[in-house]
Amino acid sequence: MNKPSTLRRILTTDIPVVFIIMLAMGPFVWMILTSLTPTAQLSASGVSLSPAGWSMDNYIRLLEQTSFLGNMLDSLIIAAGTVVLGLAVSITAAYALSRFRFPGRKLVMLQFLLVNMFPIVLLILPLFILMRKIGLLDTHLALILANSTVAIPFAVWMLRSYIGAIPRSLDEAAMIDGCSRLQALRRVVLPLAMPGIISTGIYIFITAWNEYLYALTLGGRNVRPVTVAIQTLIGEYQIEWGLLAAGGVVGALPATLLFLLVQRRLIGGLTQGAVKG
Amino acid sequence: MSTLAPSAPHDLTQVRTLRSRLMPYALLAPAVLVTLFIVFFPMVQAVVTSFYDLVLWKPNASRFVGFGNYIKLLHDPVFWISLGHTAIWIGLTVPLQMGLGLVAALLLNREFPWRGLARALVIIPWALPSVVIALMWRWIYDPTTGVLNDILLYLSIIHSTVPWLADPHLALYAVIATLTWQGFPFFAVMILAGLQGIPQSQYEAASIDGASTWRQFVHITLPGIAPVLATAGLLRIIWVANSMDVIFVMTGGGPGYATHTLPLYAFIKARQNLDFGYGTAIAVTFTILLGAIVAVYIVRTMREVER
Repeated sequence: MNKPSTLRRILTTDIPVVFIIMLAMGPFVWMILTSLTPTAQLSASGVSLSPAGWSMDNYIRLLEQTSFLGNMLDSLIIAAGTVVLGLAVSITAAYALSRFRFPGRKLVMLQFLLVNMFPIVLLILPLFILMRKIGLLDTHLALILANSTVAIPFAVWMLRSYIGAIPRSLDEAAMIDGCSRLQALRRVVLPLAMPGIISTGIYIFITAWNEYLYALTLGGRNVRPVTVAIQTLIGEYQIEWGLLAAGGVVGALPATLLFLLVQRRLIGGLTQGAVKG
Repeated sequence: MSTLAPSAPHDLTQVRTLRSRLMPYALLAPAVLVTLFIVFFPMVQAVVTSFYDLVLWKPNASRFVGFGNYIKLLHDPVFWISLGHTAIWIGLTVPLQMGLGLVAALLLNREFPWRGLARALVIIPWALPSVVIALMWRWIYDPTTGVLNDILLYLSIIHSTVPWLADPHLALYAVIATLTWQGFPFFAVMILAGLQGIPQSQYEAASIDGASTWRQFVHITLPGIAPVLATAGLLRIIWVANSMDVIFVMTGGGPGYATHTLPLYAFIKARQNLDFGYGTAIAVTFTILLGAIVAVYIVRTMREVER
């Protein structure tokens, strides 16, 4: 009795969904297969589809013959630094915007929204001139600051909505009990907003980790994040697709795993808008 | 902004109200100061630079030329080519992403056993770094060893290999296909959230009244997700217009000027010719053109927030 409806469901839902998933995952899976195929075999017979032809050859070369681990460290420092700077200045700002009504509030909110919409190309050129003038070019700090142009406005907007969801009566009660404003923020609001703060932080980490154009323009020699380093894996005479694919998989892994970890909570916040990418 | 220290504490309550009135500004100060320094100051700098003839490798650079760069721009054929490409780029990518995203969302909104897994997997393209996406698709598009040609040859859709990214007539569309792939999960996720906000009872009432699935879609589903579509669409237009990293890695704007968009043209001018004056003039022009769409989005969002 249940059979026809199950069959119908499989035909109208499961199979189309499989197509969509294949479309979404296909290119990435293809890259993983490429990375598992040794270079010699790749040029002779193409990507190996069966596990028999797989090896970790490309990954071993990636870790042994290139500076990829060092590049991962650069990316880690930059992404973590952006999270720390972004959250540090944004939490108090978001608290102020959600709890106070004061002259200029709308203007400040508008400013943070506007910043998120600026074309990166408009900022990248003057930032290059600025960083060169103050001697920050090719340092971690330069890239942390550059990534903060995206991270701070985003964090202010996300955290404003998270903190806005915490009842005002809670910090008012704490203040009646003798807490100052800042103590109420630290002891009452901060713990309650922690899930929101963590997912905002993770989102900042992912965007900073994946960022490419600032890294290319403001970094390069001493500081070379993964996104820039991957391009240097292109061989001298012919493109080494196997090695390149291995670099792509390793470089994409941290952000992708983090993303899958928090995607459910993130999406709730992201649908509120004011998001880049 | 940080003058919190009471200057003349004659009246304690007055000091206290002053303190509490200054409190929000003090809390905002760090974020505002940092953004002023890294966003608004450079932006003003950019506008100023666009009035100068500033080429970084020239010795005594920096000469004021007024609107010289902007006049040069109007007579620059590459500017007009890039502007046209930007229009095609936005006009095709955003509707394609939205259409594919809508289909994906409608499917993922149905009941099936592995729905949670499918919803998680469909977002993967969104989390990948743009560089990885661009290189991955260059490998797929590769004229000699790429898998796309293999598949299409096998299905006899094409009869000889196609150099997707080297053909000036195809390159822009090949990159648009990649960006569509990168962006459709964003729409799927946003639309899915919108779909879940439509009460099930509306569908039940409609099917009792004998409305067909198509009529239910047109009269219940579409109006229900219209606000989401508008918000996501505006956001995407802005984002797609600005996005140039995927094109830059895939084609570098080539072959010739075949995949130049305005932000990419500005970036290439500044990066390869070190012509910062002209590059920022292009960037400023592009920002002004984009400004209209940004304004619509901001008015919408600010209205929603204040509700």
